[in-house]
Amino acid sequence: MSKKLLSGPYLIWMAGFTVIPLILILYYGLTDRSGAFTMANVVSIATAEHAKALWLSMGLSLVSTVICLVLAYPLAMILRKRNVGKGSFVVFIFILPMWMNFLLRTLAWQTLLERNGVINGILTALRLPTQSLINTPGAIILGMVYNFLPFMVLPIYNVLCKIDDNTIYAAQDLGADFWQTLFRIWFPLSLPGVISGITMVFVPALTTFVISNLLGGSKILLIGNVIEQEFTRGSNWHLGSGLSLVLMVFILASMALIAKYDKNGEGTAF
Amino acid sequence: MKKTKNTLKRILEDFYLVLIMVFLYAPIATLMVLSFSNSKSRTQWGGFTLRWYGEMFESATIMTALQNTLVIAFASALIATVIGTAAAIAINSMKPLSRSIIMGITNIPMLNADIVTGISLMLAFIAFGISLGFKTILIAHITFNIPYVILSVMPKLKQTSKSVYEAAMDLGASPLYAFFRVVFPDILPGVLSGFLLAFTMSLDDFIITHFTKGAGINTLSTLIYSEVRRGIKPSMYALSTIIFAAVLTLLIITNFAPQKKFEK
Amino acid sequence: MKKMFSVILGGVVLAAVLGGCGGKAGAGKAGSAGEVYVYNWGEYIDEEVISMFEEETGIKVVYDMFETNEDMYPVIEAGGRTYDVVCPSDYMIQKMVENNMLAELNFDNIPNVSQIDPEYMERSRSFDPENKFSVPYCWGTVGILYNTGMVAPEDVPTRWSDLWDEKFSGEILMQDSVRDAFMVALKSLGYSMNSVDNAELEEARDLLIRQKPLVQAYVIDQVRDKMIGGEAAIGVIYSGEMLYIQEEVEAQGLDYELEYVIPEEGTNVWIDSWVIPSNAKNKENAEAWINFMCRPDIAKMNFEYITYPTPNKGAFDLLDEDLRNNKAVFPDIESLDNCEVFQYLGDQVDSVYNNLWKEVKSN
Repeated sequence: MSKKLLSGPYLIWMAGFTVIPLILILYYGLTDRSGAFTMANVVSIATAEHAKALWLSMGLSLVSTVICLVLAYPLAMILRKRNVGKGSFVVFIFILPMWMNFLLRTLAWQTLLERNGVINGILTALRLPTQSLINTPGAIILGMVYNFLPFMVLPIYNVLCKIDDNTIYAAQDLGADFWQTLFRIWFPLSLPGVISGITMVFVPALTTFVISNLLGGSKILLIGNVIEQEFTRGSNWHLGSGLSLVLMVFILASMALIAKYDKNGEGTAF
Repeated sequence: MKKTKNTLKRILEDFYLVLIMVFLYAPIATLMVLSFSNSKSRTQWGGFTLRWYGEMFESATIMTALQNTLVIAFASALIATVIGTAAAIAINSMKPLSRSIIMGITNIPMLNADIVTGISLMLAFIAFGISLGFKTILIAHITFNIPYVILSVMPKLKQTSKSVYEAAMDLGASPLYAFFRVVFPDILPGVLSGFLLAFTMSLDDFIITHFTKGAGINTLSTLIYSEVRRGIKPSMYALSTIIFAAVLTLLIITNFAPQKKFEK
Repeated sequence: MKKMFSVILGGVVLAAVLGGCGGKAGAGKAGSAGEVYVYNWGEYIDEEVISMFEEETGIKVVYDMFETNEDMYPVIEAGGRTYDVVCPSDYMIQKMVENNMLAELNFDNIPNVSQIDPEYMERSRSFDPENKFSVPYCWGTVGILYNTGMVAPEDVPTRWSDLWDEKFSGEILMQDSVRDAFMVALKSLGYSMNSVDNAELEEARDLLIRQKPLVQAYVIDQVRDKMIGGEAAIGVIYSGEMLYIQEEVEAQGLDYELEYVIPEEGTNVWIDSWVIPSNAKNKENAEAWINFMCRPDIAKMNFEYITYPTPNKGAFDLLDEDLRNNKAVFPDIESLDNCEVFQYLGDQVDSVYNNLWKEVKSN
């Protein structure tokens, strides 16, 4: 098939700029400073600090992914309904915030959440007690949801747009109520988009370190922070690479788990 | 009866949309307000001023960085979209096993922490003897953009039915013709949102750019990060506000101008 | 959806035009005398100085910035891009010296080095024993900043150990970097901040773990803005920020003041110096750059812009009397008796520090 040729440029690109760099990471991950083979970097994930950081990261990114999904699904359904006649405008509105630099946006959340920040200012004006919002796990989750929500909305919206209205009418004509239509028709048909969305949210949430630094006050150590610090401050690239390898395995395993629920075997995560 | 229920539903939907909008735009509004504040502080209002806008246009550093950022974002998104869409089509027609392998590798740039991708690319460039510069940023951005395009296009391809394409060919269309007339319109939304995502990711990236850029080349992100230590100059807020306003205006013009034709 | 594409295209064209105009201002001055690649901290120079240098010497400056010493190091080490002159801190200079990454300076090309106060050349010996590789650019101390509106006069911190006072629970901003955090703990225990003794380091770790519930956040450069905004009562901060803080507090008309204390147990005196990497391509131009930076009027311009204390005696003498006597900016040398300069302790000890710090952070 000539179609296969289409993947040529990509395969070459991938070999040069994905596989070879990955081999370099593998090399670093499995050697020590003197260049001798070692498993120590990989095994060090079992140490109390690393395991705890990984566990925390998994927890926070899982919660963020679920919140994103719960927020994004109805949103995508509403957007699909409103889409008629308005073109891409509505969708664009949801991506536009990302055109403000990521760091600036996250710093802006700091301004909003701080003790003397905007939200507490509003609370005080309403004579309500002020809340300590910043430097909590909640603030980190908020930052993750805020930054990654568009990645959940877009793929789901894309897939929903392809669903034929007639399918829905047929279900309704046959007596299906709202929930039945949602779970028997909408959801199964949109599963590929949902899985893409979960991948696009869960993975960056799991590896982030900027959000936990800026909104968590660096009091919560995530696995992304550990890896980042090994590469920069610790300048132990071997340990950083080893931990990255472990993280990749964890992500692959999580994705495999999600793909299991994709009954058609048509998940887009892989 | 049914009508009131529908109105209520519509109101609830509108309310939900507004709520999400507030969530998404609150930080942006904050930045915009700060860009007019005559104080370098992030929490204090120092009175209205336009001086940050003046400083921004005078700074050659900021203007060059802006240019670099947009050129890289546009070029990398375009190239990634072409390569990625072609790849998605090919992958979709592959056997499950080879498809799984390739999609697995596709996910790698997304699975790695950015810093790992950045450093590994830097090591690869040095190993290949490619001197770091503008082109290495471009290559790196294309690399991490392609998966976003593929992940956007794949769900669309899954939904297109093969039989329509085959029917077109049975009716005498060449594969290329059948593709552009039958398949491509179907996947176009996916391709475009892939492009948009790629463009956006490129605009936003800092870490990978930091490790793959050459001397004296800055994007807005690397410029902002280098300012973090000594406090971000409010002219950065001013620039963001202008970018935001410009995009919004362009968007409104392109969306509502042609629409009038349909409405009459 | 097609519209998005046209919007982006429109934006890119617009920006290319915009950027094109701005870009020209910087280019075009390229002189006959070649180039110099400078790698400095962000916001660590008066940009006017760069164009003055280009005009006077005809050397074109390619200027680049880094955020931390640790970000800078792998870039120089990998050699993917080469710089002619870099401005790292003390311990990092020592690390670069020990790894043969620096070139010896030719002081015949840097006559203005005579303007540098000998005191700082002397202190530089702790990381550059023969003064062969570095010329000081800025220096400063680390101390405690407190908010007079939130700290009662009798509670004013005077020692590092005050950072363990339950009164300040949730009001403390600590430095989020290994060496600075351990410096605080080690100094409060009476040990050297360059300690390599495992027992001492573990004691410091336990102390930091005990402090963690009291800490509001671990931050680096945000201490300044958070303290000005009244987010916390006390914070650990670099002295160079003081002039800026004092001006900001005044400009914003705040109802409190922020005071700086050098703790009695002694602190870190840090020095950022110009060095030339051994793979530099334009060494003589780099020396011309260093020489230019040492000129009193230039050092004064830079000081006024970045407000970190200058080791340049000539520039110091040019300053207003008020500024010279501002103890927060230029502390007395005598008060620095039990202060030390960070030293590079070797990769082995570095990783011990890092692991202990990780234990603190993950606790």
